[in-house]
Amino acid sequence: MEEISSLLHGFSVALTPFNLLLMFVGVVLGVLIGVLPGLGGANGVAILLPLTFTMPPTSAIIMLSCIYWGALFGGAITSILFNIPGEPWSVATTFDGYPLAQKGRAGHALTAAFTSSFIGALVAVIVITFLSPVVANFALKFGPPEYFAVYFLTFAAFVGMSKGQAWKTISSMMIGFALAAVGLDSVTGQLRLTFGFIELLQGFDFLIAVIGLFGIGEILLTLEEGLAFKGANARINVKAVIETWRELPRYWLTSLRSSAVGCFMGIVPGGATPASFMAYGVAKRFSKDGDRFGTGQVEGVVAPETAAHAAGTSALLPMLTLGVPGSPTAAVLLGGLLIWGLQPGPMLFVEQKDFVWGLIASMYLGNIAGLIVVLTTVPLFAAILRIPFSIIAPIILVICAIGAYTVHTSMFDVWLMLVFGVIGYIFKKLDYPLAPLVLALVLGDRAESSFRQALLGSQGDLSIFFSNGLVGTIMSFGIIMLVWPLVSAALSRLRKAA
Amino acid sequence: MSEHHQHERAAVSFRTMELVVALVIFVFGAIVIYDSVRVGAQWAEDGPQGGYFPFYIGLLTCLSAVIIFAKAAFDAARGRKAFVTTQQLSMVLQLFVPTVVFVGLIQFVGLYAASTLFIVFFMIWLGKYSWVKAVPVAIAVNLALFLLFEVWFKVPLPKGPIEAAFGLH
Repeated sequence: MEEISSLLHGFSVALTPFNLLLMFVGVVLGVLIGVLPGLGGANGVAILLPLTFTMPPTSAIIMLSCIYWGALFGGAITSILFNIPGEPWSVATTFDGYPLAQKGRAGHALTAAFTSSFIGALVAVIVITFLSPVVANFALKFGPPEYFAVYFLTFAAFVGMSKGQAWKTISSMMIGFALAAVGLDSVTGQLRLTFGFIELLQGFDFLIAVIGLFGIGEILLTLEEGLAFKGANARINVKAVIETWRELPRYWLTSLRSSAVGCFMGIVPGGATPASFMAYGVAKRFSKDGDRFGTGQVEGVVAPETAAHAAGTSALLPMLTLGVPGSPTAAVLLGGLLIWGLQPGPMLFVEQKDFVWGLIASMYLGNIAGLIVVLTTVPLFAAILRIPFSIIAPIILVICAIGAYTVHTSMFDVWLMLVFGVIGYIFKKLDYPLAPLVLALVLGDRAESSFRQALLGSQGDLSIFFSNGLVGTIMSFGIIMLVWPLVSAALSRLRKAA
Repeated sequence: MSEHHQHERAAVSFRTMELVVALVIFVFGAIVIYDSVRVGAQWAEDGPQGGYFPFYIGLLTCLSAVIIFAKAAFDAARGRKAFVTTQQLSMVLQLFVPTVVFVGLIQFVGLYAASTLFIVFFMIWLGKYSWVKAVPVAIAVNLALFLLFEVWFKVPLPKGPIEAAFGLH
């Protein structure tokens, strides 16, 4: 069991007082980001990324990933207490979480949510521990065609998973790719799409896009609803925790199923949000209390939370092993790796053992830290939510502006952030998904260069992408994903006709 | 839900917005295609030219825009709904316009002064707070930002004449 010894080594890297401190700081910041409107996992990490430029990479990734865990935990708080999902993946948590809170069982709902999140994450981290060395080892054999095939599958999966809005997914993805192409073309040295603007020479930084699209866009959306937080009382006492923990083992099968759904959806870039809905649906169908879902069933909180956290965590597996992030937040973390001078992908497991295993070990520790923090500090965060929006909103906007500025110490980026904010607001309302845009912006250059290298090798013959079993299989899966919306539409039409 | 929204006027309908956005995306795609052709979207002696990959990206952008446009044009049920009501739009603008002014101010007076003004303005104008509450909050927030960024993490933020007067750069 080589993984075990690597993992133990990882613990020795992660378990320094400084790193432990960063873990708690990260989790607290993360929960804060998770509960505040307009700040979410992806843009929260993006805003705080510049703070880590001077840290050693291992400490930096530990802090940033802990912010991510914190945000995953935090989303549940607003869903249950205020019926406002702090994060898209906690929408499904509101279905049963808020009714529970209304019945005066907020403490139980929160405990169930946090504990399930923890279990989902734990399962996902175990999967990462044992699966990622295998995947990385396998990926060492990848050449440019295989890499392009993996990118193709990633993006095709987005199209396949989009419900009825496949063309909007494609549109948003292509905009991302086009924005990624802006600037100096590293192969030919030509300027593309800059139209004489020197600010565009470096291209668009996806961190700015993330802060604008998710941060500013989200705030504008929140404002529309006219914010009046009316929340249930938040207090977790020991009695509620123990009662819930005694109840939870009853739902072990739901937890297991939800973890499986979550891990799968996280690794295949479906993401935490669909995973949480899917797990809720599955639990509703299989549970003997299925028809009482929506009225305040603890099981209805367990299922989406487990899946969301499992998906959010396992999204880091393809990011580390292949350099293909499974979610916008994983994409931001990937951006971090590049900034610290680390090349994500299979070589990371060979050349940067300390970093990789330190990070994996920190996932275990970070989630334990997360569970402790959220169970003990819920009243504090609920109090923050009661601060009126007219105070919170300008502060969040200032923080977003600082985040955008510090990426390249450039004011142009702050203006760009505002533009992306408007785009985010409009796209969100029109159901254009934002995640494909961000991922295409991150991966665009690398997808293009693997495409070019593959074609160079084959002298422009596209059959290179089906030249051997491996690349052919990945491409075929991608094509199946791509035509899936058409197939399922045709199927449902047939069923209607019959 | 829809009942009490009915007497609120729609500033823009969904259909209009869908069509306009699809049109903008189409133009964007066309620009990408145009520039890719300029750079060269062919197969050169030594491999694909610079515009080869973006050319197809642009093509797909335009294609998706056309399909979205066509779909939106025929979706009457959703199309009539309000994309944003006048009331919602004015809320959004009340936030967005001051934010634009704030970003503009950063360039002249530095981040700290601009964000202090921004928070004070926002709390008094939209939050109906008094000066006595707004000013301390704004100053406390900026002090926290200063400590966090400049002191602990050593990340410099934009500064203006006020900081210069104190000898801070």
